[in-house]
Amino acid sequence: MSATAVDRVKQRFEELAAQGQAALVTFITVGDPNPDATLAYLHALVRGGADILELGVPFSDPMADGPTIQRASERALEGGMTLRRVLALVAAFRATDSRTPLVLMGYLNPIERMGYPAFAGAAAAAGVDGVLAVDLPPEEAAEFHADMRAAGLAQIFLLAPTSSANRIAAVCRYASGFVYYVSVKGVTGDKPVDVAEVTSRVAALKAVTSLPVGVGFGVRTPATAGAVAQAADAVIVGSALVEIIEQASSEPACATALEGFVRGLKDAMNAARAAPGAR
Amino acid sequence: MNASRDSTLDLVGASPTRWPDATGHFGPYGGKFVAETLMAPLAELEAAYRECQADPAFIAEFERDLAQYVGRPSPLYHAERWSRELGGAQIYLKREDLNHTGAHKINNTVGQALVARRMGKRHIIAETGAGQHGVAAATVAARFGMSCRVYMGANDIQRQSLNVFRMKLLGAEVMPVTSGSKTLKDALNEALRDWVTNVDHTFYIIGTVAGPHPYPEMVRDFQCVIGRETRAQCLAQVGRLPDSVLACVGGGSNAMGIFHPFLDDTAVRLIGVEAGGDGIETGRHSAPLSAGIPGVLHGNRTYLMQDENGQIIETHSISAGLDYPGVGPEHAWLKDSGRASYVAVTDTEALKGFHALTRLEGIIPALETSHALAYAMQWAPTLPKDHIMVINVSGRGDKDIPTVATRAGISM
Repeated sequence: MSATAVDRVKQRFEELAAQGQAALVTFITVGDPNPDATLAYLHALVRGGADILELGVPFSDPMADGPTIQRASERALEGGMTLRRVLALVAAFRATDSRTPLVLMGYLNPIERMGYPAFAGAAAAAGVDGVLAVDLPPEEAAEFHADMRAAGLAQIFLLAPTSSANRIAAVCRYASGFVYYVSVKGVTGDKPVDVAEVTSRVAALKAVTSLPVGVGFGVRTPATAGAVAQAADAVIVGSALVEIIEQASSEPACATALEGFVRGLKDAMNAARAAPGAR
Repeated sequence: MNASRDSTLDLVGASPTRWPDATGHFGPYGGKFVAETLMAPLAELEAAYRECQADPAFIAEFERDLAQYVGRPSPLYHAERWSRELGGAQIYLKREDLNHTGAHKINNTVGQALVARRMGKRHIIAETGAGQHGVAAATVAARFGMSCRVYMGANDIQRQSLNVFRMKLLGAEVMPVTSGSKTLKDALNEALRDWVTNVDHTFYIIGTVAGPHPYPEMVRDFQCVIGRETRAQCLAQVGRLPDSVLACVGGGSNAMGIFHPFLDDTAVRLIGVEAGGDGIETGRHSAPLSAGIPGVLHGNRTYLMQDENGQIIETHSISAGLDYPGVGPEHAWLKDSGRASYVAVTDTEALKGFHALTRLEGIIPALETSHALAYAMQWAPTLPKDHIMVINVSGRGDKDIPTVATRAGISM
């Protein structure tokens, strides 16, 4: 199990690279509005063309998130979602999908409360492939990193427009799976990404690391996803999907809407990569 | 180590009691637990603060502002009547309530505003609970011609309306925070979100000894003037050091300010008093050191009010300034090391402290301070008459008069 975890992410990136595609990473918050709906939505995202699933672990104080994901977190917590229940849901997803890489994104405190080794072991057993703890920079990550490695899980780190060359190098030494470039100064879902700036930053990152580079925070439309896909190895979309969930009239209608929206994103990304002059 | 006690801003590594370490940790506590975007601005802030510490001109300006703008030194006052009434220890009050703007908070905002000006930042943001820090931040922003935005929980805006109007008069923009419990922790979340979004031109003045490194250290250093003065005043007025020093603890900046210069004086007992709300046993309180568990929130590892799943739980206190689920990481370290001890008193007990000081000494204290007073009322009678106890009167109570009236069923 432990060897497959990191490999599932790696393998997915290799398959996509061979086809000239960028990966579409989709984020939704687990338990928003309830666990059964989340499970159905995850499968819908995969049907629509999501290459990697990113699952938001709800936290009471999501400091890096904008209002959309804050509200999703509050809805999930009101429904009783916990980190242990997130892992149970991952295991349920894995019962019917053993191929799609799946990473958790959340804040450190619920993981600390569970205990690093207990969490890493349970996450690997459930079928998680990687973890991004938003408020855990590499400087504070030595102990957690050791437990993650021992469990065979990828540790995903953020890089930001404010990251210095030294920090980029330090983060890339610790990172596995892929690195997550935060495309804007701000919180999730905040302001639109500046494609030209992101393109040059991604090029600079790729000179430092051999890991795939994903870009998120501010990608909301097929057009932006396509433009970012020309530069990055992965495009991460979250708040736009969470808004679809928030505004849905029914769960089946929501699953259909998610699938359709994701297909639009993925088609735009593939078209942009296929366009003359791309890459 | 006694030499450095007299310097205005502590130098790293000058004493065994001089935490944090180079990476901002107090033992296992503290640190920098923030998203990547804030790591560079925190490093920039630390570099700027190190320059300030080493610059005699900065220190001279800070000291001049404390003297001429804040009104320092604040008196150390022997509360003879109250001491006699309680029948035990001699109680001395460190009168931070007499500072400009009415609380200790101004010591820190004056210091951070000087750092902000040096860094060329023209826009200030701050979080506030009771509004005292918000007022102190708005005050220094007005003085330096900086724009200022203060985040405040919607619940706190209601119970501290006087301070909200003061901030607006000073030209600050008060942003109501309606997420979560609508109190101080949510205001901190929102201020951090603002900072990460407007990081290029914004200086975030954190109001307490919490947050990511270097804030716990920097805020402590700016507040240590309280303890340095107290130490010298006690030696001059009593002829010796106090036997005990008491202070209320929410985030813990007034307590850290008065405790820290006494850390090497191991005979001086340091006691922090947390907000016990309806009682520790009810779970409805704000006393993480008394009944919490270590975890990570708002950029540092410290004792937190949290549930078994690591979610932060809502806190309860009559005092908006203590209504916070965490506490400065250095307090967590002082608790574990045994150098300071921490107790809690309830809302009802705090009100008794409020009324006692008001009626017996003619000093209307803040509800935050009233927690320390309430513990003194319980403890002082058991102590000998030559026990010298200093209590930090962290702020004045004008802002709390509506809360006290409501509690007493009086409509104003």
